[in-house]
Amino acid sequence: MTVRKRIHLAAHVPGTDDTVRSGPRPGSPAEFASFAHLARTAERGLFDFLLVAEGLRLPEHKGRIHDLDVVGRPETLTVLSGLAAVTERLGLAAAACTAFHEPYELARRLATLDHLSGGRAAWNVVTSPDARTAENFRRLAHPDPAGPPEAPDSAGTVRDPLARAAEFVQVARELWDSWTPDGTPRPFAHHGRHFDIAGEFTVPRAPQGHPVVIGSADSPQDREFAASAADVVLTRHGTPQESRALYADVKGRLAAYGRAPQDLRIMPGVSVVLGDTAAEAQERAATVRRERISPQDAIVALERIWGVDLSAYDPDGPLPDIDPDPGSTLVRGRARAAELLAVAERWRTLSREKGLSIRQTVIEASARQSFVGTPQAVADELDELVRTDAADGFVLLPHPTPGGLDEFVDRVVPLLQERGTFRTEYTGTTLRSHLGLPEPVWKG
Amino acid sequence: MTAQPGRALLHLAAALDRQGVHDVASLGESVRLAELGALDFVTLGDSFARPGLDALAVLARLAPATRRIGLVPTVTTTHTEPFHVQAAVATLDWVSRGRAGWHIDVSTTEGEARLFGRRHAAPADALWREAGEAADLAARLWDSWEDDAVIRDEATGRFVDRDKLHHVDFEGSAFAVRGPSTVPRPPQGHPVRVVDATERHARRTAARHADVALVRVAGPAQARAVRDELRTAAAESGRDPDRLRVLAGLSVDLGDGERAAEPGHGGGGPRQTAQGPLYRGGPVDLAELIAAWHRADAVDGFHLTPVEPRRDLERLVNGTVPLLQHRGLFRTFYPGSTLREHLGLTRPANQYAVTGGAS
Repeated sequence: MTVRKRIHLAAHVPGTDDTVRSGPRPGSPAEFASFAHLARTAERGLFDFLLVAEGLRLPEHKGRIHDLDVVGRPETLTVLSGLAAVTERLGLAAAACTAFHEPYELARRLATLDHLSGGRAAWNVVTSPDARTAENFRRLAHPDPAGPPEAPDSAGTVRDPLARAAEFVQVARELWDSWTPDGTPRPFAHHGRHFDIAGEFTVPRAPQGHPVVIGSADSPQDREFAASAADVVLTRHGTPQESRALYADVKGRLAAYGRAPQDLRIMPGVSVVLGDTAAEAQERAATVRRERISPQDAIVALERIWGVDLSAYDPDGPLPDIDPDPGSTLVRGRARAAELLAVAERWRTLSREKGLSIRQTVIEASARQSFVGTPQAVADELDELVRTDAADGFVLLPHPTPGGLDEFVDRVVPLLQERGTFRTEYTGTTLRSHLGLPEPVWKG
Repeated sequence: MTAQPGRALLHLAAALDRQGVHDVASLGESVRLAELGALDFVTLGDSFARPGLDALAVLARLAPATRRIGLVPTVTTTHTEPFHVQAAVATLDWVSRGRAGWHIDVSTTEGEARLFGRRHAAPADALWREAGEAADLAARLWDSWEDDAVIRDEATGRFVDRDKLHHVDFEGSAFAVRGPSTVPRPPQGHPVRVVDATERHARRTAARHADVALVRVAGPAQARAVRDELRTAAAESGRDPDRLRVLAGLSVDLGDGERAAEPGHGGGGPRQTAQGPLYRGGPVDLAELIAAWHRADAVDGFHLTPVEPRRDLERLVNGTVPLLQHRGLFRTFYPGSTLREHLGLTRPANQYAVTGGAS
C-alpha cells in the first residue's frame, strides 16, 4: 500500500481580511484582533503556517497615495510575536526584503520569534527592491562617508538584489549556527561581497535550528536560489501542466545541492470560491470579480497600462483610441514597452469582440480565482494536483474566499481529512515538523 | 488617605532585566506580578553587545497575556533603520492596545558597529543627536496617518482618504525618509518615548523628545536639579514641561526583608555603585525612601531595577507598593487603559492634521 502524499496548507495575509467593498466596518487595518482571529482560524484548520506580508511603502498612483486598495498593516515580526501568544502550533512566517534589512538585525529578530513561538518561525525572503521603497530607508539615501572602505554597497545601491539576498541568507545561517547546540556562544566572522561583519550573535540556537526559509520561483534565478537555500517555495498558480513543469524544474535543481526532493515544499498561491452548487460558486466568483473592480479601479488599471491620465473617460464607455505611453511613470513595475502595447491591444480586441465597456473589459481580463466550485470539487482538485506532483500544498491568498478563511476551514479541510490527505491533528510542535522537513545540520 | 494637595501621585516602573534568561514564561510571570501591583510600566533592556532576545518582540509576545501595564522595550537607534523601528513600536502599541513605550538608546561600541559593518563607532554626542532625529522622525511617521484616514467609502471605492495621509520628507544628518508610514497611527497617537538622561549627552534628546526621562542619581537634591534642568530645556525647545515625567532610576536589593535599611542605604539616599544608585534593605524602608523623595518634590516617580528579579519584584509589589497605596501616594487600580493615561499624559494632537486638537 502506498502512503498518500500529504497536502500542506498556509494562508497569506495582507493586513486585514476585509475589503472596502464589504461595507464599512469598525477597526483599523492594524487591529490585532483581526490578525488573532485569522491565526486562530488557520490553527483551527491545522494549517502549516500563516504568512504575513511586509509593508515598506504605500502604493502611489499619479504622484499621490493610491486610495482604492486596502493599505496599512502592522509591522510583520512584531505582530507575529503577538500571534505566538494566541496560537500554539501554527507556523508564523514573516516576509522581509533583503534590500532593506541588515543580516545581524533580521537574523536576530527571526531567531527571537523562533524562541518565542517554540520553533514556529519562518522567513519569506523577498528580494526585489522597489526604487520608491528605498526613499524610506537610510542605506540608499545616505551612504555613510565614515564607513569602513571595504563596506560593500557603500554607494548605497543594491546592484544585484538576488546576489545580496543569497549572501544575506548565507550570513543568517552562519549567525544561527554560531551558538553550539548546547548553548555556548562562539564568535562569527563573515567577509563577503555584500556583508563584512564579525562579532557574537546574541540569541542562542533556535528551537528549529534555523527558522524555515521560504523562497519564490518567479524567475529561473529565483528557482535556482530556492533550490540552493529554501525549505518552501511560493509559486504562482497556473494550469496543471504548467504547475507540473515548474514543480519538476524546481525539484530537479535540488540534487546539485545535495538535497532530496522532499527537502523542499512547493506551494502555489491560490484563491478559492465555494458554493453549494457549481453554478452558485460561479455566480459568487463573478460577483467577487465585479466587486473587486469598481469603476474607479477600472480607470486606474487602464492608466497603469496606458501611462496617461484617463480620468475623463467613462468606465462604462469604450476603451481609449489613443496608444499607451510606455515611458510614463504611471506604468507599474518594470513592464517593457512591447508588453504594454500587447496588453493594450489584447484589451481592445476583447472589448471589440464582446462589446465590453472599460470596466467590463478590466473585469474580464483580470485574474480568475484559482478554484471555483463546491467544497467537494475544490477538495478533489487540490488533492489531484498534489497527487500528480503539481504542488506539495497551497498558500491561500488574501481574501481566500468571499466568506474568509473560516469558510475554507469549515467546508474544505474536513473533506481533505476524510481523504486522508490532510492531517487531523498536529503531530509535532515545530513548523519544520508540520512541513516534514529535517532539522538543519549544525555547521559549527 | 489622600495625596497631599498639589502633589501628583507617584509613578512606578520596574525593570524586567535578568542575566542570560531566555525563559519567556518567567518574564511573563514578572509582568503579571507588576500588573497586580498596578505599576505604570515594565522595561526590558536590549543590546547587541550581550546575549538576549529582541526585547520588543518579547514584550509583543507578552502583551496579549496582560491588560493594563505599559510595556517598554529598549531599541537602539544607532544601527537600526528608523522606519522599521517606528513601525515596530507602533505595532507593539496596536498589539497591546495602547500600552507601548520605547526606551531609546544608542550603541557606542566598535564591537556593535562590526556586527553591522556599515560604519565605525561614533562618539556618544553624535549618536544621541541621531537618536533625537530618530525620535522626531518616529513621531512624524506616527502622525503620517491621521486617526480617521481609513474611510472605507463604498460610494467612491476609496479605502483611505489620501488627504489624511502625509509624506513626512524628513531630512536628518544621518538619514532621510519620505513616508508616510505603512502602519496606521497607533492607539496612543505617540507611544511613550523613554530616555535615560543620566548621561549629559542624552539630556538634550530627553528634554526635546522624551515623555519619560530616567535619572540615576544618589539623592533627592541631585534628582531635583536634573529634573529642573530637563524641564527648563524642554520649555526652551517649545514643549510644555508638565508633559515630561522624570523618574529616579534605582536598583533595589530587598533580600534582607525584615531588617531596616543598612546604614547609608535607606532614608537619606542609596549607595552609589558602578551600576548606579543601589538601595539595600527592606520593603518598608524603601517605601519610606520613595515617600521622602516624593515629599521633597524631587521626581515624579521611580524606575526600580530588582537585583534579584523574582524575589525583589515580589517584595516590591507585596511589600512596598501597599504601603505607598496606604499613604495615598500610589494608585490602587488602573483608572485608564493606556500607558499615557497611567502617566497622566494626554494623547498628542496630530502635527499634520488641519483641524488638530487632542482627541
